[in-house]
Amino acid sequence: MAVALDSDSPEIRPAAGEEDRPDPRLELLVRIFGPLALLVVVVGGWELLVRINEIPPYILPGPLLVVQSLLDNWPSLWPSLLVTLRITFLALAVAVVGGVGLAVLFSLSRWIELSLFPLAVVLQVTPVVAIAPLILIYVDNITLALLICAWIVAFFPILSNTALGLASADHNLRDLFELYGASRWQQLLHLRLPSALPYFLGGLRIAGGLALIGAIVAEFAAGTGGTGSGLAFRILEAGWRLEIPRMFAALLLISLAGILIFLAFTLLQHLLLRRWHASATLRER
Amino acid sequence: MRVGVVDRPAGDRRRREEPAPAGGAPLFELRDVGKTFGSGTVALEGLDFAVGRHAFVSLLGPSGCGKSTVLRLIAGLLRPSRGRILWHRRISRGDIGFVFQEPTLMPWATVFDNVWLPLRLQGRGRREAGEEVERALAMVGLSEFARAYPRELSGGMKMRASIARALVTRPKLLLMDEPFAALDEITRFKLNNELLNLWAKENWTVVFVTHSVYESVYLSERILVMAARPGRITGEIPIPVPHPRDEAFRLSPTYTEACRRVSAELRRAMGE
Repeated sequence: MAVALDSDSPEIRPAAGEEDRPDPRLELLVRIFGPLALLVVVVGGWELLVRINEIPPYILPGPLLVVQSLLDNWPSLWPSLLVTLRITFLALAVAVVGGVGLAVLFSLSRWIELSLFPLAVVLQVTPVVAIAPLILIYVDNITLALLICAWIVAFFPILSNTALGLASADHNLRDLFELYGASRWQQLLHLRLPSALPYFLGGLRIAGGLALIGAIVAEFAAGTGGTGSGLAFRILEAGWRLEIPRMFAALLLISLAGILIFLAFTLLQHLLLRRWHASATLRER
Repeated sequence: MRVGVVDRPAGDRRRREEPAPAGGAPLFELRDVGKTFGSGTVALEGLDFAVGRHAFVSLLGPSGCGKSTVLRLIAGLLRPSRGRILWHRRISRGDIGFVFQEPTLMPWATVFDNVWLPLRLQGRGRREAGEEVERALAMVGLSEFARAYPRELSGGMKMRASIARALVTRPKLLLMDEPFAALDEITRFKLNNELLNLWAKENWTVVFVTHSVYESVYLSERILVMAARPGRITGEIPIPVPHPRDEAFRLSPTYTEACRRVSAELRRAMGE
């Protein structure tokens, strides 16, 4: 009896309530140290595996050796990274302009949408590896050819997401705009574009990673021609010379660049949406 | 007396001279209006009624009887398939305010920007429109929340913002589509009273759609009872109780008696 009363007593309840609510500082720790701990375990395991089995570095270099190689080869890898990133961001910029522009055109004209959308899908489903050599043959300027390849993969998520966003404006709000005699332009500017923003940003996050992949793939295709000095070319070059640690170092650099691009766009999304969109605001509990 | 008549609220295109019907000065009237949708559904049939200036008229009926469609026809958002809507005074952009069942605010814009929208669409800048927006916000008691975003507001406050937006153009006609249906009863009563106070002061004409007998009796001067399939008006009940009405009216025998009569009429309309 006394025990039953005790467990119901008000002194105990607040403690239980506190346990339910996640401490924000604790959550931050988990968010940072969770993945970090996993990384340390994986990388440490890799290093151990290489050392215990005495795997030669031209088969599988240990992570320490990869980092060493990254530092040693920095003078050649860094400019290559810049070349690849330049292609990536140029392609992304063109994809944003083209994707959003086309999506707006689709929202204005059903005819244009019906005739052009299948074409966009064809572009999307054709593997870029397969068209890259063709593009390199037809386009003389290598940079332009690489740009086209990266653009092809980056453009579709932006187009399809933005088109969906533009079409998903609230119906009552559309009625309201009509009631007040809004022009098409006003409706686009004040209603459709803001409605599409969260969708567009989601597409941008996907497209950022894809543009990098597109650029690398195109560089691989172009690299066989012996031109270009992007990171993919450094990987090929290292492969020919059996400099496996350097190959891994270039690979590491590509991954880091991809992660940074993703994080940057996640931050952008958070900054633009935090005041109003459900995806970016904390749920009150 | 001859009064200029306009066919559609938005259109200054065709104007005709029509004699005003006897008995008061109507703002507009529906003459044998019917609406059939593309799917073949007959949404409305044979609507024939006039709404006087400064009147408070309720449309009461079960869900699916086409109440909202009537409002959308009056607003000019839909065109009647049959019949005509005659306007007895010129109605231009901004003369009609529309309040939807949901608050329908733009989530990316502050309360101020949401209320500013109708004026902004007329090409009036933020500073130029500022005074009107402040006035509308003050009318619904939201002055303090001008810079808040919709998601930071409670349901009742969102609805106030939505009403402020409808009022900002100083409309002649206010069309309200079950605006308080989603609110709790305490908030609904409060907003009912505020709406009546504002209506008495501002001299709008209000067409109020509701499925609540009690709400329609409390608010309106006249109730049009509707039946479904096809949507039509089956009865008209005047509530000849002078305004201002207050909470005492809710407890009076007159109120109870009116509610009983309206309920009976509604049951008859629903074929029971």
